[in-house]
Order: sequence, then C-alpha cells, then structure tokens
Amino acid sequence: MREFIDGAEAIARGALDAGCTFFAGYPITPATPILLHMIRELPKVGGIAIQAEDEIAALGFCLGAAMAGARAFTATSGPGIALYSEHIGLAIMAEVPVVIVDVQRMGPSTGGATTTAQGDIQFLRWGTSGGYPVIVLAPTDVYDCYRLTQRAFDLAERFRAPVFLATDKDTGATRATVESARFERVPVRARRLADPAGPFVPYGVERLDDVPPLAHLGGPHLVRLTSSSHDERGYLTKAPPDLDRLNRHLAAKIEQHQDEIALVEADLQPGAETLLIGYGITARPVQEAARAARAKGERVSALVVRSLWPVPEDAIRAALTGVRRAIVAELNLGQYRREIERLARDDQEVIGVHRVDGTLIGAEDILAEGGLA
Amino acid sequence: MTAGTRTTYLNEALLPLPFCPGCGHSAIVRHLDAALVQLQLDPRQVVLVTDIGCQGLADCYFDTNAFHGLHGRSITYATGIKLANPDLKVIVLIGDGGTGIGGHHLLNAARRNIGITVLVFNNLNFGMTGGEHSVTTPPGARTATTRQGHLERPLDLCATVGVNGAGFVARTTAYDKQLPALIAQAIQHDGFALIDIWELCTAYFVEHNRFNRALLEQTMADLGFGTGILYQHDGPEYSRAYRDALRDQRGQPVMPPQPLVPRYSSPLTAPCHIALAGAAGAKIGSAAAIFCQGAVLSGLWATQRSDYPVTVRSGHSVADIVLSQDDAFHVDTTPPDLMVVLFSEGLKKERGRIAHLSAKATLLIDAALLPVQTAARVVPLDFSTTRQKKETWALMALAALLEHTGLYPLEAFREAAALRPAFAEANLAAIEAGLTLLT
Repeated sequence: MREFIDGAEAIARGALDAGCTFFAGYPITPATPILLHMIRELPKVGGIAIQAEDEIAALGFCLGAAMAGARAFTATSGPGIALYSEHIGLAIMAEVPVVIVDVQRMGPSTGGATTTAQGDIQFLRWGTSGGYPVIVLAPTDVYDCYRLTQRAFDLAERFRAPVFLATDKDTGATRATVESARFERVPVRARRLADPAGPFVPYGVERLDDVPPLAHLGGPHLVRLTSSSHDERGYLTKAPPDLDRLNRHLAAKIEQHQDEIALVEADLQPGAETLLIGYGITARPVQEAARAARAKGERVSALVVRSLWPVPEDAIRAALTGVRRAIVAELNLGQYRREIERLARDDQEVIGVHRVDGTLIGAEDILAEGGLA
Repeated sequence: MTAGTRTTYLNEALLPLPFCPGCGHSAIVRHLDAALVQLQLDPRQVVLVTDIGCQGLADCYFDTNAFHGLHGRSITYATGIKLANPDLKVIVLIGDGGTGIGGHHLLNAARRNIGITVLVFNNLNFGMTGGEHSVTTPPGARTATTRQGHLERPLDLCATVGVNGAGFVARTTAYDKQLPALIAQAIQHDGFALIDIWELCTAYFVEHNRFNRALLEQTMADLGFGTGILYQHDGPEYSRAYRDALRDQRGQPVMPPQPLVPRYSSPLTAPCHIALAGAAGAKIGSAAAIFCQGAVLSGLWATQRSDYPVTVRSGHSVADIVLSQDDAFHVDTTPPDLMVVLFSEGLKKERGRIAHLSAKATLLIDAALLPVQTAARVVPLDFSTTRQKKETWALMALAALLEHTGLYPLEAFREAAALRPAFAEANLAAIEAGLTLLT
C-alpha cells in the first residue's frame, strides 16, 4: 500500500506505535504539526495530549507524567530547545525517560521559522549545564522518521534518559510517497520496573554503567526523584564519593554503550580515497554523490550517521580507515565536521560542504567541492 | 489509636529539620505533617513536589513520594503527575521566590484548575541565596538587593490565582494553630488549591527589617491582604475533565492510512522537478498534494517540499515537487525542469529561478504576468476569461501542465482530485476548466 505523507505524520505514527501515552508541547513552526497530530490522536488510545503554557512547562509536564507511569513525548524547534534546557538537565539528573523531537529551523534566536537548517546539532549535545551525555538520532527520510521515533522511545526506556530526534523543517514537512509495508516496526522494550516485592533503592546500581530500574509515583514503592546531586537513595548529598559515583554513572551509562546506540549506514568501496559523510537531510545527496562519482570511475565511500550522539566513534573510525580525505555535508558551518576531525588521523583531510542560506545541499554541490564533478 | 494508624509522615530518623533557628519553615513542615496525619493518606499516594529554596529541602524529611526540581517549575511536574494519575494527592511546596520565577505556571495551573495543592512558604525574601527581594517583598522592606527600601508593590498571590479560577485559596501565617486543618482542607479540595503562608526568615528578613510576628500580621493588614479562606468554589478538575471530555474519542481509528493504489502508468524516464509558485491562501500546497497523489496513482514516487513565509494568508507559497520512477526520496536540489507561476506573489518570489531556467525547461505562467526574462520555453496560460475562483487556479494550471507534458494520465489527476468527497466536485470542475487554459 502506498501513501503520501510527511515526516511529522510518520513521527506521530512512530510515537503511537511505540506506546506513547503522553504528549505536552507548545506551538512552534515547524514542529507544530506533531503537536496537532498528538492532540488529535492520543485520546483515541486513552492517552493525554496537552498544549502547555510555554516550553518549560511542556517538558516539565512530560517529566512529571513519565514518573507517574506515562511514556512521554514532546516536540519543538531550536528556540523551544533553548527553553527546554533546564528540564533536559533534570531528565539527565533524575533519570527520566522522555523523547524530544527538534524540528530544526534556521537560527540563531528566532532565526527563520520556515527555513530549514541543521544548526542545533552541537546545541542538543551540550544544551544543558554539566555537560553530561544525551542520545540524539537523526532521521534521513519519512521512513526514518517513523523508525527512529520508535527507536528513540526504546532507548529512552533502556537508558532512563532524554532521547532526541534531530530532524529539520524539510525532513519534517516534506511529503513523500511511501510504501507502508516498509514502515519497519521496531520492538520497543517494556519499562523496566523495580520488583514490587523487593527492596527499592531509587538510584541503586551495581556497576556505574547500569541503569536503575524505575518505580512509578503511585506504585508499590515510595519514590524519590531529584534534580539535585543525590546519593543512591535519592537524598541530597555533597559527599565526594557519592558525587563521583553519580556523575560517572550518568556519563558511563550512555558512553559505555556507544556501540549499542550506534546507527550508521556505511557504503564502503574498497580502495576508496574519499569518504562522504552526511546525516538527516544531507544523507540522500551524500549517497547520490557517491553513486555519481563511482559511475565516473572514482573510488568513493559514503557514510550516513543516524545516531549523532554519542558519536559512533568505532563506526566512523572504521569508515575513515584507508581514505585520504572525508567530506562532510551539513546545513551549518561545520558542527559535526568537528567530530570527524577529532576522529580523523593527522594525515587525513576533512572538508566541509556547508550551507546556511536555507537551501538544500545537492549531490552536485558535494561532487563540486570534492573535485569529483 | 487503631492498628495501622500513622502518627507522623516525617522520617524521624532524619530529624531535626535543617532550617535556621526560628525559621517559619519548621512550623509549616510540622503543620503539613499534622494535616497528613489527620487525613491518614497512604504515603504511596502522596507526592510532595518541591523546587529551589530552603523549603525545597523539606521533601527529604517525609516518608512519601518526592519529586524535587528546578526553581519555580515544581508546578509543571505536579501538573504532569496529576494528568498522568488523577488519583494521586500532589502537594507542591514552593517559596515566594518560586512563585515569582514560576509565576506563569502558577497562573496557568490555577486557570486550568488542575487538582494540585500549592503551599507557599512565603517569608518575603530569598532565604537560600542571601536575603534578596522576591515578588512578595513588602514596600519599604530592606533586602540585600533593596538596601534603601523596596520600591515595588508585592504580588497578591491569593488574588492572582483567585480571580483566575483557583477554587480553594487561603492566606494565613505559619503561626496559625488552625493551619493543619486548613492544609487538610486544601488537600481534600478537588481542584487547584493554594495557601499563602506568611512566615519569618530569621536569617535575613528579620535581621534587615527588625521584623517580628506582630509586624508580619501588620504588613498583611496594611497591604489590605485578607486572611482566612478567600476563595472557595467547586469546578471541574482538569485531569478528570480532560478524560471526560475526550472519552468518546477512545477506540476511534488511530491515524487511518490513506492508501493510493497505482493503476495508471507514466512515461517518465528520469526524475522530474516541478516548481509551483503562487500566493499563500490560493491552495498552492493542496493543489500540489493532489498533483503528487495523481502521480502516485500513476506508479510514480513523489516528494513535495514547501516554502512559505511566516505569514499565513499573505505572501508567497511555493511547492517543489520531484516525480520519479524510483523510490529514492528525491528532494529538489537542482533547477526545475517545469515551472508553473501564478499570481504576482509567485512571480515576485521566483523571478530569480525563472531567469536561471535552462532552455530545456518549460515555464507555464499566467499570461497576465508576462513578459518575464527566461531562457525557458514559455507556455502562457490564459486566465482572462475564466470564471473559476483564484483558489482553484493552481489545480487548473496543473491540469494544463499534464495536458501539455503528458507526465501522467489526466484520469489519475481526476481520481486524486476526487479523493476528498467534500472537495471532489469543485476540484473536478477546476481540472476541466484548466484544460481550456492552453491557447
């Protein structure tokens, strides 16, 4: 069966199929269609969807609801992420599963509401105090919008953490023909709840990278949740051993599971001299450019990164192996290029193809920049 | 006392409370405990929600559920908790500082009538950070940030939430012996409840202002701030009202698919980029979507990218369509092969692209907009005698485009145009009218 739908609709379907039961959001172009879908659809499955008084409240509602048993979801754009910042921190610190969509628009500030961009890529990673890691997935097309939204819900449960879907105006609002059979349903794990009979320690973990089982407010256990530095029982602490353990845990539970989170599509050609790298809306032109260059006899590999954070370092290093240079295509002035530069060897050149004029990067731009045209 | 009766909800092993000697917070915490004892609630059904300020330390001393968060945002977590589980008793402990920075949430929680209980530990200044002024600091008061005396009027918290819908609003002091009963009453109130509890900050406000209990009460009187229960009425509690209002939605089909079954074919051999430029409000996007759906019915794969300004029914509206025989999610990044331009807004927006069209491209344009500078082959569309409304011109022009190019069968376009029964007749009439545009 074929349909003609946009990314926002695919994201909403993905969320509903992932078992989402709660949505709170605030209208903002170009993320509003997701709010409207959820307001219309969630009551049909007995869920709650609400327009909050502002973005701070929207994410605050989600965090409260998540800990009272909901699978919580919100969507905004860059200026909304700015307002989400303190509650992103709470979700990290109190270990609250939540899925946050950023339909990127041009920044900085109010920027261009109806103009596409990928300018939030570093902001999402470093958007709250403390510098602790988050998970960010980037869909490349309408199918990905569906699949990666479900994956985001799954990872939020797995790691009790905020998980972002970094899309953009043109991935979210472009309608495309889809073959419904190819909407790949991703199994979303059940919430790991503490044994109702057993003793319950709200933040008790054995190993630093373990994720503590969760108990719901109103459930069988008394639950303590806090945005402040806490010991494993959820009580305020300033004791150095407790602080060290807490903060290393928050980093380790994500960073030590890079490989489990990593989602990359590597199309490597033996003997390739050039590696083309893209994500989100630049994935397709990267793949097209690789095909076109090969048709001309060039040796070119292509890498599409779908899990931007944590950086899938092993997969990127593997793709870089043997090439002379990497070309990174993105709708910003080189935000993810920094990560590639960090992973490249000194003798490998990293070239950026960047656009910040609101128009899209085409395969021809990548070929021209790489002297492959 | 019967077996199972609770005599306290405080965790006695963690006492004493951490507040300064003489601080009103200790009294309020004890009164809250007494209220919980009076109500004999299951502690697992009670959630204390706190945020930043000395009162935010209190949740640690209770054997109930606790959710501690950012300054002034406790009301947002409390709202989310109540929305997700209306059976819980959700009690917010907030300072006067929190009601300032979180004033927006306070106002909206009251307006929404969400069933949470807000206890304001109102000691007229910021105790935790060094005695700075808050939204409730009285005029003339000396604080760390108003050394010559405060110049601002204090916020009347009770009046603010009261006139905006709160169903249970009271003001008193931490020294009121009736406070436990009042707190119990607030917790039992179904909708939004707030008690503004005035008290002394012995570390700062008392020191800076030679303040005492008598002056606290005098200040209330001088300001004309009433005490006791100031508002009391019932109204639909939001988390239940939401469920009641949307109950009939339950079980309705969720995002039902809109299948498009290909049963026509197209002679297209390479991806084709069609740009349709017009005016916002003239159904450019809808016409482009119908055109794409017709393409899908013809076995093609389509993408439709939109460009529009932040205004709604003014300015331009442009749809960039790519049709192809493969499913590679082609999005336009190359100049259009075909361009349709209508209305002065469309021309104004697209003059640049029109000028750069190649000689192989074709431009279908409202003849009234000519002449334009372009290398493309120009096909004028004559709208001068049409009686069709402007909202149908895009469909008309796309019908002319199909007739001119044969990209896919007109019959597929007609079928797509009739997909939404309410619009079928008007859409089909537009398509037929469009076939007369080519001169």
